[in-house]
Amino acid sequence: MKTALLEELQQARAKKRQVVLATNLTSGNQKLLYPFENEESSDLAEAARNALQFDKPATFESDDGPVFLNIFNPPLRLFVIGAVHIAQALVPMAAGADYEVTVIDPRRSFGSSFRFPNVTLDNRWPDEALEELDPDRRTAIVTLTHDAKLDDPALQHALKSDAFYIGALGSGRTHAKRQQRLLKAGFTAEDFTRIHGPIGLDIGAKSPAEIAISIMAEITAVLRGKAAP
Amino acid sequence: MTESASILTDDDILTQALTWKKDGRSVALATVINTWGSAPRPAGSQLAIDETGQMVGSVSGGCVEGAVIQEALEIIKSGEPKTLEFGVSNDEAWEVGLACGGKINVFVEKLD
Repeated sequence: MKTALLEELQQARAKKRQVVLATNLTSGNQKLLYPFENEESSDLAEAARNALQFDKPATFESDDGPVFLNIFNPPLRLFVIGAVHIAQALVPMAAGADYEVTVIDPRRSFGSSFRFPNVTLDNRWPDEALEELDPDRRTAIVTLTHDAKLDDPALQHALKSDAFYIGALGSGRTHAKRQQRLLKAGFTAEDFTRIHGPIGLDIGAKSPAEIAISIMAEITAVLRGKAAP
Repeated sequence: MTESASILTDDDILTQALTWKKDGRSVALATVINTWGSAPRPAGSQLAIDETGQMVGSVSGGCVEGAVIQEALEIIKSGEPKTLEFGVSNDEAWEVGLACGGKINVFVEKLD
């Protein structure tokens, strides 16, 4: 491997870019691929996208012999809007599944380190916080406040991002009202389908911990391509 | 295989390889490219080795690192990359193996 290429790889990782190191196992020739940063439709680009999406390195059979695709994904992140009871159950589960978790809630009595010890808390308004946190393709965003004043700005920001998962807590009725508000705000019906609501897989969850499980299960299913994004 | 090496993240492995290289040392990188059965470390796992045989990272949790280092020192001299095979099914080629019964391929290359 060329030292310059390794330096470029490290820089790409520092910038949280999704990058693949492609190595021809016969010649040792290597290059870096950024398959999500272009529309290239070659078999190699597709294989690289798959490897990144499923967090699974792969060997691609090219005309010049096997090419090993090693993946370098930025960390998974979860932004939770609403430092509510369900968040208290969801945060440790997500951390256990290797997500870097940030809980966003401007209401300091909710988003306090007393209620969320050892958790990254952000007391700004959700849209302001998300603006800086800059959700990417490895980010899931979940709104849990039940309060349109807090949830909607977060969802609007989320819909403009590449976040792989967006979910909103609330009943079917609440979700229908939410749709009307977002359409009024200029989003399309297709945009709205990106929001999973009512949030979580339907496992009959009742308690906060059970609801957290259903949310984490849905995020996982989308991440791993088992459910629609 | 030391405890401190086993807890290093992937990032630390490549960073360490670069640091060694900038210190003027010769460095090799080993990467698990394929696994079969119950291999201890998944594809993509890496090990960096310097010319003195120091290493960071892991390709098998300790089972075959010794043999990888030996080969890496050869590859540092020759500059030619090589794919190594380890596993119980290949014991005539390699005396070391994976106690777990798995099989792995490891690509070893010099950092030029």
